[in-house]
Amino acid sequence: MRNTWLFCQKELRSYFNSPVAYIVLSIFIFITGFFFTSSLFLMGQASMRPLFSLLPVVLLFFVPAITMRLLAEEKRSGSIELLVTLPTRDWEIVLGKFLAAWILILVGLLLTLFFTFTVTTLGDVDGGETWAGYLGLALLGASFAAIGTWSSSLTRNQIVAFIISLTLIAALTLIDDLLPVLPMSLAPVLQFLSVSYHFENISRGVLDTRDLIFYVSLTFFMLYLAHNTLESRKWK
Amino acid sequence: MIEVANLTKRYGTVTAVDDVSFTVKTGEILGFLGPNGAGKTTTMKILTCFMPATDGRVTVDSLDVFDDSLEVRRKIGYLPESAPLYTDMNVTEYLSFVAGIRGISKAQLPSRLDAIVNVCGLTEVRRREISELSKGFKQRVGLAQAMIHDPDILILDEPTSGLDPNQIVEIRNLIKKIGEEKTVILSTHILPEVQATCDRVLIISRGKLVADGSPDELTSQFHGDEQIQVTVTGTTPDVLRSALGGLSGVAWLDVSGGREVTARLTSERGTDLRERIFRVVVDKGWTLLELHRERTSLEQVFRQLTGADGRRDA
Repeated sequence: MRNTWLFCQKELRSYFNSPVAYIVLSIFIFITGFFFTSSLFLMGQASMRPLFSLLPVVLLFFVPAITMRLLAEEKRSGSIELLVTLPTRDWEIVLGKFLAAWILILVGLLLTLFFTFTVTTLGDVDGGETWAGYLGLALLGASFAAIGTWSSSLTRNQIVAFIISLTLIAALTLIDDLLPVLPMSLAPVLQFLSVSYHFENISRGVLDTRDLIFYVSLTFFMLYLAHNTLESRKWK
Repeated sequence: MIEVANLTKRYGTVTAVDDVSFTVKTGEILGFLGPNGAGKTTTMKILTCFMPATDGRVTVDSLDVFDDSLEVRRKIGYLPESAPLYTDMNVTEYLSFVAGIRGISKAQLPSRLDAIVNVCGLTEVRRREISELSKGFKQRVGLAQAMIHDPDILILDEPTSGLDPNQIVEIRNLIKKIGEEKTVILSTHILPEVQATCDRVLIISRGKLVADGSPDELTSQFHGDEQIQVTVTGTTPDVLRSALGGLSGVAWLDVSGGREVTARLTSERGTDLRERIFRVVVDKGWTLLELHRERTSLEQVFRQLTGADGRRDA
């Protein structure tokens, strides 16, 4: 576990030592702010709903951008060889890198609290709903980060990693929009797989363990895949 | 002590390492010599637990590299080919990171860093970002990270590749210094490097081990002949030819020159002709300008063993 934290620190340092974190966070906050304020005044209601329906879409682009280099860059430069010959387990590496990406996402979400406070001063906001929404976003962010980590483990090319994770996340987010055109029998399955369906439940303020378990298991499943991909060098 | 028994590694249908066995004693500097693509790097990747062997067994101090991988990795310091480092970190940050994973405590860290930075000659670049460093300094940072935990075994894959001649000499001296206390395995395709640094040489070609011995042993084992070159004045080529041709033990003779006459001759295996040549020259009253013996170089042995023709199984 100590190693996991060291890997995480190392990744965080490379996010914040370079312009990556600052650029990504500024763009994130700018885009979120722009769409949020425009829809807020359009609705004329002191509600966090617009923000919560917007953030998953922004994260859909934001997360692949911050996870794409995690393992792909190590593979490209060859430093992966030094990394995995250190006395550490492969899962510690994967988990450390995932945590760093997740922490950066949480920082982004934390910055959006600024909008939340603004809205709170404008009118009555449902507190429970807001906190549940943030919890949902944190979980959603974790599952996106895990998908990104796995994608990054598949290739040595960051752009390819970006496209794979973007596609996967988009598929899991938009899957329930396909419901009307697909056979009814598939509906429950697709709905269960939909990241946005579970998020809508949570952001309504309904904390159902099924939704929580969905995100946690999706996250762990993706990290498990990333770990296996990293370990696959041993089977070749 | 490292024991490699019947090591085989196949990538699909390609056999990179084919039934290689050897042992490395503690405190030895072992040179792994072979043309590019001979299987040196693959063998090292297996020794360092990067990937498992297809067949065979590798143990380090009786620990299996696959089953007791973590323990083995603790004992080994590894510098992969071309020293892939995290270039966005500075030298101290990077070494501290590796030290952390290597289990060096916060309390020990400063003294350990000072020591390693000193040994590897990194004092002036401690605070510099790795991406700004020259190839030679990067290589030294690579060595430093391999040695930060004071391992018993150092595995260095082409530690001097891409360096300029001065840097090569520096890194070689550094390796020699380290090798006084530790077991070092280094790979190279540069022959003088092996002759300059290694106690023992393994020559590997197309995945097979073709020779194993000290540089001297190998040169004498694979080519017993010696070439002698002698230059004198005060005589003519013809006289010199007949004088030297009369000596027993001369296998081949070639004389040329004008005022300075030079004879090149090959002795039969196991005979040293230098003394007798000297006597001849003194008896005749000529002036000896040069008398020089050339041994078969490791280079010739290497070509003989790894070249397309004249391959020979050891």
